[in-house]
Amino acid sequence: MTEQEFLEYVQDGGQVETNDWMPDEYRAKLIKFIEMHGNSELMGVLPEREWILRAPTLQRKLALTAKVQDEVGHSQLIYRVVEDLGKPREQCLEDLVSGKTKFHNVFHYPTKTWGDVGVIAWLVDAAAIISQKALLKCSYAPYARIMKKICWEESFHILHGRDVVLTMMNGTDEQRDLVQEAVNRWWGPLMQFHGNPIPKDEDPMYVWRIKSQGNEEARQQFLDGYVPQIWEIGLTVPDPKLRKRDDGVWEFTEPDWDELKHVVTGHGPKTQERLELRQATREETAWVRRVVLAEAA
Amino acid sequence: MSERAQQLLGIADDELVLGWRNSEWTGIAPFLEEDVAFSSIAQNEIGHARALYQLVADELGTTADALAFDRSPEDYRHSRLVELRLVPDWARTIARHVLYEEADAKRLEELKASDESAVAGLAAKIDREEAYHRMHAQMWRERLQDEPRFTDALEELRPLLGESGSPEFAELWEEMTIVRRSVAGATW
Amino acid sequence: MIYEVFRQERRGQAFAHAGSVEAPDQAFAEWYAREQYGRRGESVSLWVVPRHEIVEIGDFADELQRNYHRVDGYPLKEKLKEARERAGTAAAGDR
Repeated sequence: MTEQEFLEYVQDGGQVETNDWMPDEYRAKLIKFIEMHGNSELMGVLPEREWILRAPTLQRKLALTAKVQDEVGHSQLIYRVVEDLGKPREQCLEDLVSGKTKFHNVFHYPTKTWGDVGVIAWLVDAAAIISQKALLKCSYAPYARIMKKICWEESFHILHGRDVVLTMMNGTDEQRDLVQEAVNRWWGPLMQFHGNPIPKDEDPMYVWRIKSQGNEEARQQFLDGYVPQIWEIGLTVPDPKLRKRDDGVWEFTEPDWDELKHVVTGHGPKTQERLELRQATREETAWVRRVVLAEAA
Repeated sequence: MSERAQQLLGIADDELVLGWRNSEWTGIAPFLEEDVAFSSIAQNEIGHARALYQLVADELGTTADALAFDRSPEDYRHSRLVELRLVPDWARTIARHVLYEEADAKRLEELKASDESAVAGLAAKIDREEAYHRMHAQMWRERLQDEPRFTDALEELRPLLGESGSPEFAELWEEMTIVRRSVAGATW
Repeated sequence: MIYEVFRQERRGQAFAHAGSVEAPDQAFAEWYAREQYGRRGESVSLWVVPRHEIVEIGDFADELQRNYHRVDGYPLKEKLKEARERAGTAAAGDR
């Protein structure tokens, strides 16, 4: 197969398996994209971990632990796919903690209150699931297959988040303030989450059918699905321009693309601290991997 | 409080505090597969605590959450062993896991023989889950038995099984209850 | 070592490949497989196999037309029409 034939094959809905021939560029882009996803699941654990210890009921404690456990499980599934494409897990983890590879913007920000816990599980996971659904038809079949399990597990995360938020919204004024304040802080990163609006035919991820959706399409889907949910319980969104036009398209203040670039290149408020925590725990537990995994290699 | 309630609270408190400490590894365990596995163990322990608290709560006319969170730190009945913060030391974590599961197995056998069917029934359910924990502890013990840091940890931690929790628990309790106490009487 | 995991979602269904886990030995692999593919009761049964035990076959030689053992080797419509005409039982759809 030539590169052109391969391109036509995937654009026609063709599926690629691990041992199939693929153009070097496709393999490289695939590894980079999937690796960033794995990195994001693993880094996403850190903002939520602190709240596992502070969960205010046993049910919430269990739910939050299970949610974070899922994220770790997802990173396991994802790094296995990357490893079978040719990049070992340990190399991925090294590159992550050294800052060489990236992870999604939302995981570079602090979590400040229990309000964040609800808002993240509800809205950040919602934004993520939209991107993930667009990967269910990925031309690279092993990745498409794990996305099915990932999407299935994510569905409880959003319900848990919504439950936490609704409980607080039905509670006291202080609790409602916590939720609104969290929405106000997370709105910017949420709007940047799906990336800047490059036309899908210029987006290699779409061209190679790794994603089945462009960035702007994903963002519109998020707004369409979740702004009504936000408004209907009495919360406001900190964007005076946000509205749905008659033709169904959502208008909003242009997200800060400079902030997005700045953050994902390692300059977010919590980036360094979180990478250092990962590095420290990796070092402290390196002996375990040597004893338990190395001898089997 | 009845002797039965005190006894069950002691076990519940052990499971709660150990589950809390074990959940501190979620996200940062030595490798990903083990991270997922150990998190389930932590969740099971909290689940056991919840079920045990519920039995006592029914007797006392309160809720499992109230027993888990709303007592003063001095009123908890866990052992010194479970309240230690061991992250990021995997050797001591597994040593504690091995020691605790051994001791807990004996305790569960006694509970399974209880006259009270609710207690015996719950103990049987818990034991069926704990069988997996014991398997996990044994697997790790075999892997680490030649590591001095592990064998040292077993010796260091063994005596703490029989010791009561210390004033240090107050620090964990503060963090555990910080959100719950932040808005008095709120539902979360 | 990499272990492949196959799962059965419900009794009676076929086992399907679910994914893989890295583990030092079979005992650990079983623990990890049970966790990753069964902690939510999403599987009723799992098979856990070291990857190197699995042989993939992707090539099949089928050079010469072999429709004699496939359904598409038996287009009967014309012969059936002729037989019905001969027997005087031609059905409306045979025209």
